[in-house]
Amino acid sequence: MSIERLRLHALPVAVLLAALLVVWYAAAVGMNSAGAIERVLTPKGAWHWQDLISATLNMQRPILPAPHQIAVDLWSSIADWPLTSPRNLLYHAGITAGAALTGFAMGVMLGLLLAICIVHSVTLDKALLPWIVATQTVPVLAIAPIVLVILGSLGLTGLLPKATIAMYLCFFPVTVAMVQGLRSPQRLETELIHTYSATRVQTFWMLRMPASLPFLFPALRVAIAGGLVGTIVAELPTGAQAGLGARLLTGSYYGNTLQIWSALIMASVLGIVLTAAVALLEYLVVTRRRPA
Amino acid sequence: MNSVSVSSPTIDLANARPAVVVRKATVLYEAADHPVLALKEVDLTVRQGEFVSLIGPSGCGKTTLLRVIADLEPLTSGEVLVNDRTPHEARMKRAYGYVFQSPALFPWRTVLGNVMLPLQIQGRMPDQCEEIAREQLARVGLEGFEKKYPWQLSGGMQQRVSIARALGFEPKILMMDEPFGALDEITRDNLNEQLQQLWLREQRTVIFVTHSIAEAVYLSTRIVVMSPRPGRIARIIESTLPFERDLSMRDSPEFAQIAHEVREALSEGHHEH
Repeated sequence: MSIERLRLHALPVAVLLAALLVVWYAAAVGMNSAGAIERVLTPKGAWHWQDLISATLNMQRPILPAPHQIAVDLWSSIADWPLTSPRNLLYHAGITAGAALTGFAMGVMLGLLLAICIVHSVTLDKALLPWIVATQTVPVLAIAPIVLVILGSLGLTGLLPKATIAMYLCFFPVTVAMVQGLRSPQRLETELIHTYSATRVQTFWMLRMPASLPFLFPALRVAIAGGLVGTIVAELPTGAQAGLGARLLTGSYYGNTLQIWSALIMASVLGIVLTAAVALLEYLVVTRRRPA
Repeated sequence: MNSVSVSSPTIDLANARPAVVVRKATVLYEAADHPVLALKEVDLTVRQGEFVSLIGPSGCGKTTLLRVIADLEPLTSGEVLVNDRTPHEARMKRAYGYVFQSPALFPWRTVLGNVMLPLQIQGRMPDQCEEIAREQLARVGLEGFEKKYPWQLSGGMQQRVSIARALGFEPKILMMDEPFGALDEITRDNLNEQLQQLWLREQRTVIFVTHSIAEAVYLSTRIVVMSPRPGRIARIIESTLPFERDLSMRDSPEFAQIAHEVREALSEGHHEH
C-alpha cells in the first residue's frame, strides 16, 4: 500500500526533476561553451569534448551555473559560516523574512481594515475601491525608490521601509478577498441573525468574520508571496547591506552568477516556507469546516 | 367520542390574551411591470399559546404574513402588534424564534455552538449558554451530537438543531416557515410528532407556514387558509381535535373532516377569481 502510494506520488515528481536536471545541464554546457573555449581551453592548447563538458560545468563565472555548483555554493555559505555572518545566506534570508513578515502583518491589518470599512459603508465602497485598484497598477519597481526616499528623509531606515513596500503588495489581495468574504453570508443567515436582533458588532464577529475565512486564506498565500517579492525589490535600490535582494544586487555587480543563483534559490525556498506556514495556519483554523 | 375532555386543563385558548394582532395588513411589491398585492387587508389575531397554521398555494402571502409579523418585511399599510408592541420593538426584545425552510446552520460552528448562537447574542454567561443548549438538544433528541458539525448530520437532524436553536432563548413566539418542507415524509411525520408534543408541553405560541394539509391539521389549534392574487385569508378553521395528539389520529373521521374543510376552503379560494 505505502509503496504503491510512494510510486503514485513520488514517481511523477522524481521524473520531472530528473528531466529538469538533464535540460539544465544541457543548457549549461551549451551556454557556457563559448566562454569556456575562449577563457579556459584555448590557453591550455589542445582539448577534447570531455574537457569542454567538464570546463563548462565548473567555471568560475558561468553564464548558467550547473545545479551542482549552486548546491555546493549554497551549502558552503550555510555550513562554512556562522549564522550571524554576512557570508551566510541564511543570515540574509532571515533579514528578508523578518521584513517580509512585518510587511505581511501590516498589509493584512491594512487590508482587513479597508475591507471592513468598504463593507460597512456605501460611501467608502464607492470612494475607496477605485483608489485601491489604482495603487496596484503602479509597478512596485517604480514606487519602491520613492517610498524609500520619503521614509529615509523621515529618518526611517532598515526594516520599516522594506516592510512598507511589502505591505503595499500584501494589502490588496486581502482587501479584495475580504470584501467578497464579508459579503458572503446568504440572505437566510443574515435574516436569522437579524431576528435575534444582533448588533452590527455581533453580526461581524459571529457571522461575517467566520464566513469570510475561506476567502481570507487563499488571499494570505498570494499576499505572503507578494510581500516577499516586495521586500526583495525594496532591498535592490537602496544598496542594502543585508538581505536576499542585496545579495542579488552585489552578485550582479561583480558578475558573480553563482551568488545570484544561490540567492534566487534561497528566495524561492523562503517563499515556499512562508507559504507553507500560511497553509499550516489555514489547516489549524478551518480544517474542521465544510460547506453546509 | 368525547375527545374534547382529553385536552389539558392548563390550556384555555379562548380566553388567552392576544399575542399577535394583525389589522388591515397590506403589502405591495413593486414588480417590473405592475405592482403585486402580496397581502390585501389581512386581519388576524393569534392568542397566547395557540398553534396557528397558515396554509395556501404559492403566492397567497403566507410567508409574507409571517415575515411581516417577524419584522423581516415592512408593511405598506395596516398595523401589526406583537404583545402590544410593533414588530420592530418585539424583535429588539427578542420575541421571535424563527425557523426557516432550510436549517441555516453556521458550518463553522458545532451543533452545540449553533444552538448557543442566539444565547451568546443575548449576552448570557458561557456556561449558562452551554447548559441551555445541551438541554434544548436533548429535547429534540440530539443528545450526543453536540460536538458534531452540521455537515455530519442528516437533513432532518439539522432541522431539529435549528428548532432547538429557536427554542433555546425562550422566544415568546415561534415562527416556522415550512420547516419540514424539504424533508422526506417519514422524517417529517417524526418531526411533526415531536413538535406537537413540544407545543403541548410548553404551550408556546406558534405560527406555522405549510403546504401540507395533513401537517396543518395534525399540528394546529387553528388553520388559516389563504388564497392568492391578492394574498388574503379565505377562511379560518378551528380544530376540534384534542390537544394531545398522536399520528394514528390522522386516520380518525374527525381528522378527515377537518382536512376536508381545509381542502374545500383551498379550492374555493382558488376558484373565486
